[in-house]
Amino acid sequence: MIKAFFLLAFFLFSGVSQAAGNNYPLDHAAIDSSDKPSLQRGAKYYVNYCLGCHALSYLRYNRMGRDLGLTESQVEENLIFTYDAEGSPVKPGEHMTNTMDAGYAEKVFGVVPPDLTLVARSRGVDWLYTYLRSFYADKTKVWGVNNAVFPNVGMPHVLSEMQGLQKAITEEYIDEQGNRHEKIVGFELLGSGSLSVEEYDQVVLDLTNFLAYAAEPAKIARHKTGVWVIAFLLLLLCVTYLLKKEYWRDIK
Amino acid sequence: MSGASFDDSGVDKDRRRFLTTGVSVVGAVGVAAAAVPFVSSMQPSEKAKTAGAPVEVDISKLLPGMKMDVKWRGKPVYIIRRTSEMLAELDKLADVLADPESTSEQQPDYARNHYRSINPEFLIMVAHCTHLGCSPKFRPEQAPEDLGADWKGGFYCPCHGSRFDLAGRVYSGQPAPANMPVPPHRYVSDNVIVIGEEEGTA
Amino acid sequence: MRKAMTLITNGFIWFAERFPIMKMWREHMSEYYAPKNLNIWYYFGALALVVLVLQIVTGIFLTMNYKPDAELAFASVEYIMRDVSWGWLMRYLHSTGASAFFVLVYLHMFRALLYGSYKKPRELIWIFGMAIYFCLMAEAFFGYLLPWGQMSYWGAQVITTLFSTIPVFGEDIALWIRGDFVISDITLNRFFALHVIAIPFALAGLVVAHIIALHEVGSNNPDGIEIKKHKDANGIPLDGIPFHPYYTVKDLFSVAVFLLIFAVIVFFLPDMKGYFLEHANFVPANPFSTPEHIAPVWYFTPFYAILRAVPSYSWLGNQFGGVMAMGASTMILLFLPWIDRSPVKSIRYRSVAFKLLVAMFVICFFGLGYLGMEQPTPVKTILARIFSIGYFAFFVGLYFVSKYEKTKPVPERVNYK
Repeated sequence: MIKAFFLLAFFLFSGVSQAAGNNYPLDHAAIDSSDKPSLQRGAKYYVNYCLGCHALSYLRYNRMGRDLGLTESQVEENLIFTYDAEGSPVKPGEHMTNTMDAGYAEKVFGVVPPDLTLVARSRGVDWLYTYLRSFYADKTKVWGVNNAVFPNVGMPHVLSEMQGLQKAITEEYIDEQGNRHEKIVGFELLGSGSLSVEEYDQVVLDLTNFLAYAAEPAKIARHKTGVWVIAFLLLLLCVTYLLKKEYWRDIK
Repeated sequence: MSGASFDDSGVDKDRRRFLTTGVSVVGAVGVAAAAVPFVSSMQPSEKAKTAGAPVEVDISKLLPGMKMDVKWRGKPVYIIRRTSEMLAELDKLADVLADPESTSEQQPDYARNHYRSINPEFLIMVAHCTHLGCSPKFRPEQAPEDLGADWKGGFYCPCHGSRFDLAGRVYSGQPAPANMPVPPHRYVSDNVIVIGEEEGTA
Repeated sequence: MRKAMTLITNGFIWFAERFPIMKMWREHMSEYYAPKNLNIWYYFGALALVVLVLQIVTGIFLTMNYKPDAELAFASVEYIMRDVSWGWLMRYLHSTGASAFFVLVYLHMFRALLYGSYKKPRELIWIFGMAIYFCLMAEAFFGYLLPWGQMSYWGAQVITTLFSTIPVFGEDIALWIRGDFVISDITLNRFFALHVIAIPFALAGLVVAHIIALHEVGSNNPDGIEIKKHKDANGIPLDGIPFHPYYTVKDLFSVAVFLLIFAVIVFFLPDMKGYFLEHANFVPANPFSTPEHIAPVWYFTPFYAILRAVPSYSWLGNQFGGVMAMGASTMILLFLPWIDRSPVKSIRYRSVAFKLLVAMFVICFFGLGYLGMEQPTPVKTILARIFSIGYFAFFVGLYFVSKYEKTKPVPERVNYK
């Protein structure tokens, strides 16, 4: 029985793989959810580069501001660029949606750009971190780029002016059936972007950190409450143990 | 109890009582603390709060003697642009009103006056009858057939017949116990008001 | 203060004169004699009861904000997670509670196997228990659709399609369950009704029946001895101790231990790396795109693995063999009291053959549970077949081993310390 528990523990620790379908190795995203400046930078990059196409339909501006340590006016001045149907800037209490027309988007990109509020929970942060750093030049694609993590993705490389365009380095390999295949093993920058490699990685890390926040804003409260609850339960454990011990003295 | 497996004759009763009390107290604290999330989850959510955010209204297009409806926190708010005749009428009603000087806390301090408004011309009022919450009708006309000869214009509640004057003050002897509430509001300019924000805040 | 106490006391007396509260207290608590040698395996029933209450309470509060509408369901869950104060806690308690419920119930059932708790005169307790388990599976299945994520949708699609493999009536049954040609808003609405009203009612009733039946015949124990055989002059079993205070304080302690483990998961690991809340379920249901890898939640995977392990034969309506095997794998548990024919209850006094059978069963169950989560590969399919055979072989083996095994002598009185 004890062995069975260990076996179960082993399965639980191995975790369920998140991004199926492609075996490109993912880099570890060393995000820190308590790093407010990183989250604020991530939010800034997001509203500037991503929000136009990818809404965050479940996240409210004012909630984000509170959690990221920004005042309401800071949020209004620096992060709200969208307008409502009447043409006035959306209110801080509103969700971070955009006005992209789904029909139009489908014509341009082939798919409707998905909402990304929960992408960090469905795809995982490592996937996001690697994905945004794995665009490479591919002339056969509409946008001139492809992605190693998400092959044939319908999204242009919106951060290319920062990263610069890179080219894929491929390697041939032979599978179990003896067929030849190519796989991507790395990248080489074709021309430099406005940022160095380290700076760009940091930008992507900030974005990933922000998306991880957006996927579960309650995480902050969850951890904070959790510590208190567990401290209380340890106390409860002690007193109930003493009580049990005291009563069970009677049993011969 | 001969032969039984348990025997509590030789125990320290005080220790046992102390431990039982201890567990009860810790347990009660735990239950009380656990009830907090459940109870507070029934408070207005962020969605309700956003829907209840202050509302900005342009009143420049409202004609004298007319009413406009604004939704604030899901409640109907009436904005009435009163004519000088209507305002003059309000001064004569002190004898027949229950609370002519608005002594009860049904309006912000800056609206505690005869006209129950910042600018006498505009009445801004939550149209919820103070009896049971129905929405009274705006009846500005004088002495209509159904309301009788002494009707001077005001608000009439269809549910239980409460009568209010054009400042939302209740007449004496009505089912409604108090004047209708004036919501917090402020003037951004002469023509624009914000309902739900106090005068003097940004 | 003294006046208030008198008032409460008088109020209680007024109540007790009109309601058999004291009689019930004596029968089920202060004068219900349980064996003194109950060990750690006997905690899980009481803990399952705690989780049932937790699920009902959190469920009520979730229902206040959830919307059983295909257009709104997914967003309403996120609304609970973000906009409702403490909504995230309600949801994580409920989702973790579902998994905890199955962990506890599986351990509770395994205890019955170890100590022969389903044997005469406790067969009915076992039957009520199995009915609870079936209700629990239905409850989990219906509840899993409600978040309306990709896994909810396609899981329900796969399971309802299973019914369509039943010969002749299958299609009609599947259609009737869904109320539509695919899983849709209509299905969501009825699953919601079943999840929040119908099954919980049945569950509560069965739990009461389970406990009443238990208290009628008395608890079994790790030695598998009837303590009622030896009573003192007052008719109290010699090896029995009153449930209250001894087992109430012991269970209280176990509740504290359980809540501690539970809280660690709820507050620090609520999705359990994808086992309790699956990653793909954070994507709204999309009837036009199946996720690349779908598997049931962990507590169904042993049976799901059996379903997949059975090869499809066209003369059997293809998948029907697997469906039958899956159904049989759960239903067969119901017959354990009659499959196990040994007069000795506890594993302590049973043969090595029995212990080996139990060990094999545990390995098969965990093996199937693991394989049910994995993508099928040729090797894994073969493994799943071996484990499936092992799973059923346990019951066949038990039928014969229990008849002919050489057991050790069972003591007259229980072992304590």
